Amino acid sequence: MKDMALKPSACKGVKFNTLTRPELHEMENDFLAPLFLSLRVAVLATALAFIFGIVLAWLFSRKSFWGKEIIETIFTIPLVLPPTVIGFGLLLIIGKHGPLGKLSEIFFQRQIIFTWGAAVIAAAVVAFPLVYQNAKAALESVDANQERAARTLGAKETEVFFTVTFPLAWPGLAAGLILAFARALGEFGATLMVAGNIPGKTQTIPMAIYFAVEAGDHKTALFLTLIVFIFSFSLILGLNQWSKRKVKYFTAKGRN
Amino acid sequence: MLQAFFQKKLPEFTLKAEFSVAENEILVLAGPSGSGKTTILECLAGLQKPEAGKIKANGKVLFSAVKKINLPPWQRQIGYIFQDYALFQHLTAKENILYGLKHGANNQKKAEKKAKLMKLLALFEITHLQESYPAQLSGGERQRVALARALVTEPAVLLLDEPLAALDRKLRVKLREEIKKIHALWQIPFVLVTHYRCEIELGDKVITARKDRGVKFNAPIRLTEEICFTENG
Repeated sequence: MKDMALKPSACKGVKFNTLTRPELHEMENDFLAPLFLSLRVAVLATALAFIFGIVLAWLFSRKSFWGKEIIETIFTIPLVLPPTVIGFGLLLIIGKHGPLGKLSEIFFQRQIIFTWGAAVIAAAVVAFPLVYQNAKAALESVDANQERAARTLGAKETEVFFTVTFPLAWPGLAAGLILAFARALGEFGATLMVAGNIPGKTQTIPMAIYFAVEAGDHKTALFLTLIVFIFSFSLILGLNQWSKRKVKYFTAKGRN
Repeated sequence: MLQAFFQKKLPEFTLKAEFSVAENEILVLAGPSGSGKTTILECLAGLQKPEAGKIKANGKVLFSAVKKINLPPWQRQIGYIFQDYALFQHLTAKENILYGLKHGANNQKKAEKKAKLMKLLALFEITHLQESYPAQLSGGERQRVALARALVTEPAVLLLDEPLAALDRKLRVKLREEIKKIHALWQIPFVLVTHYRCEIELGDKVITARKDRGVKFNAPIRLTEEICFTENG
């Protein structure tokens, strides 16, 4: 019994003065865990949304087929649906009894929901339309003659995309990327429904802030809020500067 | 030697073209805008696909409806000067010119590429502009960069779509001479599209677009060197 009472987990947060070094380290980790988890989730979700968004926008901007409008509407709809609707929809698909949830149980013997993977899926779904919309507009505005010139100079289709289309569309793609990342970082409703609020496992910053405020812990909430604010501010400032430098040639004044 | 005869259905009429251009010849396609001149160039370059016919350059079959051959543009070795020059706006003049050497099926050594670049920069008098972006160049300079970019890949044929349209009158006279000079240097078939009467004199051969309202779609293709347009149906 005496041993039990001395275990760090039992007295954590009660007797600060008796905590040893490794325990203190663990405390800090607990405090920052939502931040790192949020970053991991947002980065992965943005990457997924970015790749899928650009590939689909590229295909859809040059091919037309029956039912294209309907599919495009489905791509865009997460933008206007309430996050709880998306969350519930995702539960139907990746939940215990959903088709993807069942497949995961069969092949990996584990469920998708209430893992940080589910948080990535939820964030990617809500971020996707922002990438798609911006990428489509950006790709469509690329001068087709420059792509054709590349073809006559010996470039294959994939080379044309990476050496001409992508760099020319970059300003628009970057705008989509920033918006998608911001949306993924702030995702709350759908994430709560599919990933829950498990500290250290699925508790992202928006969850941590919400539940800290609900528990009356304004100090933690304020700390996390400040971190998010500073991080977002510097990220957007930095990205803007970077892409401004990259697009200088678009605005260079002609001499004639 | 460029040999071509083909048919391409356009929304308003069916385009029929038949011509051949030798190494020492410039062919001028003349006609009003909307008469399908650019479409002919695009069919030659592989940017559009004709319905019937055959296109051969230097003995290599580029397109054959019968044999179902349709080489993609990157395999055709056909240089194309677009009407607006279509320079890559995110690349400098130098990078524009080197693009074809980097991305084509070109296994030349670095030194060789550099020598080619220098030679072309000097020939077109654009050495001092090599670090400029297209947005910083004047119309005439852009055209010279576009010519250098197309010629550096050593194409079998050079197509020019309204090469002088974007320039003012004084420059046009000068560049007309320049095109003749380049053609004499390169000795490859040139096909030039224009709607200016005065540019016709550039050509060793001239084909004038003509609307042939009386002829039905199924009428035999004319074998004379002219393009004729027939109304559908």
